[in-house]
Amino acid sequence: MASSIPHIETTLDDFAPLAAEQRRQQLSRPSLSYWQDAWIRLRANRRAIVSLYIVIALLLFTLLGPLVWRVDPSAQDLDQVSRPPGAERTVTLAAPYQSWTGDAVLPAAPGLRLAYPANTQSVRLIWDPTPGASAYRIYRNIVPLLAGESLGLPIAQTLTDAETRYEDRLDLRAETYFYTVVALDAAGTEVNARQATSVTPVAVITVEEAVSRGLKVSSEPLKVGDTVRFKLHPLGTDYLGRDMLSRLMHGARVSLFIGIVAPLLFVGFGVAYGSMAGFLGGRVDQIMMRFADFVIALPLLLFMILFKIAFGIGPGQSGILPMIVALVALSWPGTARLVRGQILQVREEGYVNAARLLGARTNYLVLRHMIPNTMGVILVTLTFAVPSAIFTEAFLSFIGMGVAPPTPSWGGMSNEGIKSMLIHPHELLFPAVLISITVLAFNLLGDGLRDALDAKMRSRE
Amino acid sequence: MWRYTLNRLLQGIVTVWFIATATFLAMHAVPGDPMSGDRAVTPEIRKNLEAKYGLDKPLAEQYVIYLGNLARGDFGISFTQQNREVNDIIREHFPISATLGILAIVFASLGGILWGALTALYRNKLPDIVIMFFVILGISVPSFVFAALGQLALVKLNDFLGFSLLPVAGWGTVSHMLVPSLVLGLGTMAYLTRLMRSSMLEIINSDYLRTAKAKGLPATRIFTRHQLRNAILPVVTVLGPSIAGITTGSFVVESVFAIPGLGRYFVQAVQQLDYTVIMGTTVFFGSFLVLMVIIVDLLYGFIDPRVRVS
Repeated sequence: MASSIPHIETTLDDFAPLAAEQRRQQLSRPSLSYWQDAWIRLRANRRAIVSLYIVIALLLFTLLGPLVWRVDPSAQDLDQVSRPPGAERTVTLAAPYQSWTGDAVLPAAPGLRLAYPANTQSVRLIWDPTPGASAYRIYRNIVPLLAGESLGLPIAQTLTDAETRYEDRLDLRAETYFYTVVALDAAGTEVNARQATSVTPVAVITVEEAVSRGLKVSSEPLKVGDTVRFKLHPLGTDYLGRDMLSRLMHGARVSLFIGIVAPLLFVGFGVAYGSMAGFLGGRVDQIMMRFADFVIALPLLLFMILFKIAFGIGPGQSGILPMIVALVALSWPGTARLVRGQILQVREEGYVNAARLLGARTNYLVLRHMIPNTMGVILVTLTFAVPSAIFTEAFLSFIGMGVAPPTPSWGGMSNEGIKSMLIHPHELLFPAVLISITVLAFNLLGDGLRDALDAKMRSRE
Repeated sequence: MWRYTLNRLLQGIVTVWFIATATFLAMHAVPGDPMSGDRAVTPEIRKNLEAKYGLDKPLAEQYVIYLGNLARGDFGISFTQQNREVNDIIREHFPISATLGILAIVFASLGGILWGALTALYRNKLPDIVIMFFVILGISVPSFVFAALGQLALVKLNDFLGFSLLPVAGWGTVSHMLVPSLVLGLGTMAYLTRLMRSSMLEIINSDYLRTAKAKGLPATRIFTRHQLRNAILPVVTVLGPSIAGITTGSFVVESVFAIPGLGRYFVQAVQQLDYTVIMGTTVFFGSFLVLMVIIVDLLYGFIDPRVRVS
């Protein structure tokens, strides 16, 4: 075979150094480093850039938001419970409540009617007696009455037929109520004689209440008949009257803290573990990877819950630390496997051998070739690890094993919101949308990073 | 092949043993015990209770008894439900979870293969864009939101129709199963669609497809015989891990739709710190998941002969 190698005549002159100009390569365009090239490619990906902006906006929302919107996330505003965003905030000042003797100031009309203008202090109803009735039952509904449907909640029953009035003071709000009065016969069963009306109370509070809640706007003393405005809650309030915007900002801290710290830690550990196995190779590598295979088989969520119990944190208590510990302890093998594979692959690459042949030292090899070529994979794993950590936190908080009230977290808020989603959808909607947007942004950013950083893993589109 | 199977099974047994040991240690590391509850217990009663549950023995002995019981498949007695065996709880409620899970897997894999194939067929056209939009949504929205929205949709549907077409919650008939299993399978379906799409697109440029085209095979035959069949392989690989995802997802779906499955029991036991039930269900779920992954891996060897060689 040696004879097939062409024989080239060489003279001593061929080994003389070239002139300086000839040694320099001719570069047709500016040289781009790996990261510059990746950044250009990422910038061209509109979805990834929008996601990057969303991630930055979310970080600002949780870090700077509470500085701008200084409302205590656990302060309860009991005047405004479960209010949707943009709900009416004006309230009229009324005289303190006085008991009702049965007189009426509004003109008499047939049927069930108001005796006084209705406000949130009391709704005073009177009605016409039904012949033959022995008592009356009063129903209240929050949805319009339909034929054949329920009349709502039976809130009271009179003792005698002489009593044809009722004062409702039960948790009144400035919403429309549908009242029905049904006559009862001597046996106490309902007869087919109904009178119905709808009432929308005016929101009122007393002067003292307004003063004690600091609702005064001008220097003039408040008097009955004035209107004041309740505190502003841009995104409404939850079922305890807590400000949704402030809770979302503080909840983001927990969600994003877990979502970012846990992946950083376990990806870091995975990189150290994987690169060690890859570098050492041989038997050590085999044993290390066998252990990683074993950890990967452990069911993550079951172990998260076990960890929490082992830390002595029961349901109803927050456990951010055990959550992070469990995530780190169980999630690293994926990264370790990936990094080991990369290291093994890069170590055998032609360009590494070429560099070594040219006399590159180990330091140079590691910094110049190994790290940049595994960094892409590591970064991509990191961005994809964030949404899954956020999902895990949300899931655990949702089943009541994550962050416990009163500490807000998006998962916990969704869990609370789901209980009243039919009546107050905003309590579920906001945290759920924020979780979705965050996860979506990190996923798209991860896709973009993968395309930009790693030509081999590029998703085919 | 036999050696491989045996190896995998042994590995699985070690994993299950580790899960059991970790569960045991976790339960015993907890400060306090199930007896220090709301009711004051006199020392005598306490002693009797400890004797009943075997808690008066040294830890090592308890561990040996525990492992022996596990090997016989005995998970003990529930702490919070008087005299109810954990085995009974599992026997009664696991079939419900399994039915729900199997339906969800069927929905997810059929949907994933169908949508994935469609997106690859209509690459960068309207169906692709619409389906991929929903896929991204499906990957980004947490399962409890899907569950809530699914229930809300049912309420609105029944409201609109004026009669109850599909029940909003509960368990019993096929109509109870449809929406919860669909909701449960959605996340996996989205993931499988994405996978199916990329594996379809990978195959489009392959040599054997070009050969088939060159031979003049009809397009439908190329699509079903060559493209679809080969593209399904990666989907089968991830089915094992996705069973784990569906199992944990079922905790949420069962809670929201009030389905008396084992997942809901597990969540309840965790919230009430019913230790034996947590231990039993954890070990049970753990072994189930490990077994599923092994089965899928072995099945894969039968489906794709190339794997067996390596």
